Amino acid sequence: MTAGTAGTAVTAQAPGAHAADAAAQAAREAVFDAAVAADERIEPRDWMPEAYRASLVRQIAQHAHSEIIGMQPEANWITRAPSLRRKAILMAKVQDEAGHGLYLYSAAETLGVSRDELLDKLHTGRQKYSSIFNYPTLTWADVGAIGWLVDGAAITNQVPLCRCSYGPYARAMVRVCKEESFHQRQGYEALLALSRGTEAQHAMAQDAVDRWWWPSLMMFGPPDDESTHTAQAMAWKIKRHSNDELRQRFVDIAAPQAETLGLTLPDPDLKWNEERGHYDFGPIDWAEFWDVLKGNGPCNDQRINQRRRAHEDGAWVREAAAAYARKHTGQHGEAQA
Amino acid sequence: MTATDTAGATGTVATAAPAPAADPAATAAALALGDDALVLAQRLGEWAGNAPVLEEEVALANIALDLLGQARVLLSLVGDEDELAFLREERDFRNVQLVEQPNGDFAHTIARQLYFSTYQRLLYAALASGDGPLTGLAAKAVKEVAYHQDHAEHWTLRLGDGTEESHRRMQAGCDALWRYTGELFQPLDGLGLDTAALEAAWLDSVTTVLTRAGLTVPDAPRTGAWRAGAGRQGLHTESFGRMLAEMQHLHRSHPGAAW
Repeated sequence: MTAGTAGTAVTAQAPGAHAADAAAQAAREAVFDAAVAADERIEPRDWMPEAYRASLVRQIAQHAHSEIIGMQPEANWITRAPSLRRKAILMAKVQDEAGHGLYLYSAAETLGVSRDELLDKLHTGRQKYSSIFNYPTLTWADVGAIGWLVDGAAITNQVPLCRCSYGPYARAMVRVCKEESFHQRQGYEALLALSRGTEAQHAMAQDAVDRWWWPSLMMFGPPDDESTHTAQAMAWKIKRHSNDELRQRFVDIAAPQAETLGLTLPDPDLKWNEERGHYDFGPIDWAEFWDVLKGNGPCNDQRINQRRRAHEDGAWVREAAAAYARKHTGQHGEAQA
Repeated sequence: MTATDTAGATGTVATAAPAPAADPAATAAALALGDDALVLAQRLGEWAGNAPVLEEEVALANIALDLLGQARVLLSLVGDEDELAFLREERDFRNVQLVEQPNGDFAHTIARQLYFSTYQRLLYAALASGDGPLTGLAAKAVKEVAYHQDHAEHWTLRLGDGTEESHRRMQAGCDALWRYTGELFQPLDGLGLDTAALEAAWLDSVTTVLTRAGLTVPDAPRTGAWRAGAGRQGLHTESFGRMLAEMQHLHRSHPGAAW
């Protein structure tokens, strides 16, 4: 909160200092740096470096887009879920994801961009979403594997973001993480039911885990020595841990869970390393990662096309709602005049 | 939308199912109403990832979840919810034809929601005030369907009184689905409902909203060549079989499996 107060104080002097001189600029930077160093939250009205703002817009928007695109691979199974209980769980989950998208777009809007602008960037490929959603859901077990692995990886990434230096993002993450961990447990439970079910169900679960394991590890982003944004994001306390640290943390949690599930992970090099106190694991296929990121994954075109189509097909609905609102605020205004 | 809501959706409906209703007429009525809710939930589930705005992704999924919850309670009164949902053939389903109609555009979906949620609210309000076997369910469901009706009415107003195009589409949706509305008021044995009064209240409510939206109340019969009541007898429209094929495929591929 000190950041807010101090920031406001500096802003209050701003009108007097029309041509902000170097000293005022340095003072603002010092206040910002001190707030970040003291683990205080930066709030929307606080002064912040333009690069900090841009970096947050990029990250929060990409996060919001991932929630929205991430609805598709799971919604693919809503109409085919094998029991009414599973259908209800899946519907509720996809609904939550739309809700997470809404929180995150709101958080991004506090930085001075609009949801429409961000959606436009998604639709035109100028902003990205998580590479994981470019993989197809081919069987029902994929829904369980996504819950366990993809949501598990997302939570590992997002829990530290609850302490992110930007207040609105951190607060959105608190809400998102609560719901995500709920989904993750449900995904794990769905896979467990399959693993302990018939032979065909067990095989279905194993096949899904085989296909989703490596893409889930890729969700943590490129290795630390190739991650362009990490150093600055960590200095600003947007990120708290490096990609490789989080990836290791996820493997350490998931490996014993796989054993409990009675499923194997598709990595011959995976084994506990007593000395390090961590699991060792095999090399990631970074060529595939970059290829998917560049748009050449199995579902990149399909995902973005569906999103564009929903948006374009819905244009007349949004126009109608806007026209109705104009007419009726108009009438209201006239009535008052 | 919250973790708590999700918990509600995944709760113990299936395991804590009440004993099947003793009265066969009441059982048949529970099956009919359960099928209505199940089939409409399935149709609304098709919207996920395709809605015109994010807020409608949330709203349509929310309504679908409420309906699915109602279906699970009602079907559990009759027997095993999954056997009933996944192992019956098309001719055994007792839902009205209105709820099985394909989504069409957003206006078509809203017209279907307007007609059906108005019916459901009046029906559940009547059941909730009685002391029949469905009173408890109706008392809970009436709160949900009041929200569904509110949602449908607001969109009917926005689309009817929005742009020229939205007006045209909303009118087309209302016209196309009108013929399926008479079936809603076929007497359902075992519920002791005054269906004539229900129908009068429905017409009044729908007429008021359509008129406020600047739309014309369709001037056409409210039943088609498949007479009113056909869905309740297991006579459905063509798209229904395809919808069931999609819904039941996985469950039927693994006989006896638990999920």
